[in-house]
Amino acid sequence: MARKVVITGLGATTPIGGDVPTMWKNALIGVSGAHTLGDEWVEKYQLPVHFAARVTVPADQVLTRVEAKRLDPSSQFAVIAAREAWKDSGLTTVDNDRFAVAFATGIGGVWTLLDAWDTLREKGPRRVLPMTVPMLMPNGAAAAVSLDLGARAGAHTPVSACASGTEALHQGLELIRSGKADIVMAGGAEAAIHPLPLAAFSSMQALSRRNDDPEHASRPYDIDRDGFVMGEGAGALVLEAEEHALARGARIYGELAGTSVTADAYHITAPDPEGLGATRALKAALFDARAQAQDVVHVNAHATSTPVGDRPEYTALKAALGDHVDNVAVSATKSQTGHLLGASGAVEAVMTVLAVYERKAPTTINLENQDPEIPLDVVTTARDLPAGDIVALSNSFGFGGHNAVVVVRNV
Amino acid sequence: MASNEEILAGLAEIVNEETGLAPEAVELDKSFTDDLDIDSISMMTIVVNAEEKFGVRIPDEEVKNLKTVGDAVNFIAGAQA
Repeated sequence: MARKVVITGLGATTPIGGDVPTMWKNALIGVSGAHTLGDEWVEKYQLPVHFAARVTVPADQVLTRVEAKRLDPSSQFAVIAAREAWKDSGLTTVDNDRFAVAFATGIGGVWTLLDAWDTLREKGPRRVLPMTVPMLMPNGAAAAVSLDLGARAGAHTPVSACASGTEALHQGLELIRSGKADIVMAGGAEAAIHPLPLAAFSSMQALSRRNDDPEHASRPYDIDRDGFVMGEGAGALVLEAEEHALARGARIYGELAGTSVTADAYHITAPDPEGLGATRALKAALFDARAQAQDVVHVNAHATSTPVGDRPEYTALKAALGDHVDNVAVSATKSQTGHLLGASGAVEAVMTVLAVYERKAPTTINLENQDPEIPLDVVTTARDLPAGDIVALSNSFGFGGHNAVVVVRNV
Repeated sequence: MASNEEILAGLAEIVNEETGLAPEAVELDKSFTDDLDIDSISMMTIVVNAEEKFGVRIPDEEVKNLKTVGDAVNFIAGAQA
């Protein structure tokens, strides 16, 4: 019998709140984190998209000046979320050699990389900061969290585009089950609201162009959805071997009961229209959690609000859950937060854990005319989840054909 | 041309910006590594910022000879002359 893994700490910095209590309060109310960007570069480069979902509490209001200087914005978000989760867990002294990090990113230190390129061109190589490499490397966030909290059982960085954050939980679960660690700080961070990623995602027609109405741009499942809204931030979860958590009398939010990661091997960016890879991931995650389709009461869907992405997820849910899919309360929280890319899975896992713990499914905003081809029971007003034993899922899919699913069970 | 006092004050400001150390902790007899706990990466950042601030060039091979704050002040003063 595999070791049971539980969740004992939560942290987040997001476009709908700079910490978990604020984010969750807003997630239940239903607010939009998307706003028009005031940056001069929007006009300078004539970007086709004029808005994004920035964190509500800038990192420099939380970290010291020197801390912020030595970290890319993505790592700044990671450290902020990880510190909150650590404090929330009540852990103080731990066996550092049994404590690991699995902190994901989709893109890594893109601000650092591109700022350094500007510096090189404008001022020459001497002015390229010596901290450039550790700040731009994709493992920068995992390394910063490991250094900050003293985690020595490995600092891992799963990278699978928008599935990265969920894959970090998968890796964390495996580290504890296999006995390589007792505690894992798992999460994801992203800070890519920079003109280049905005231009690049835009040129592949992935972003919404509802420039005159940013607050209503992220509208998963709505017939008028036209793309995702770029978000930023981080989510962090303290995963702990159940016996370790029980021995210290920890507050336990829920069990990370199972995970699964699959690959489509279908197309580099387009989702498999049949959702076959996602279906396999859902079925495997339920099997891993020793759960049945009928146990599932809630899904925090990937649902990015792109015309092509939202439908195959429904197809996969229908294939994996059968007719029971009609009884499942589905929340598309990217309607509020925008799409945090490599951090999205971690932030949505935090919400899924809270949904199970507090038995409340968060709100999906901007659903005015539901796409008739996606007849899911979408939670448009926060809703109570049933009493008794329940299971909830959080899905993430990424360019490259990555599918990742986590299963959370009440304790 | 900056005086040695002005160079020290300017250097203290750069060190504070990079490491958060109080400017008054940056004294002439302090060793960058042993007393101020400045690692090689921070040292290079400080050197490059000092070059810009004082309009001098501090060659990479010279940096290892700058053991104390006083060494750096003297080098910058000499380079400006």
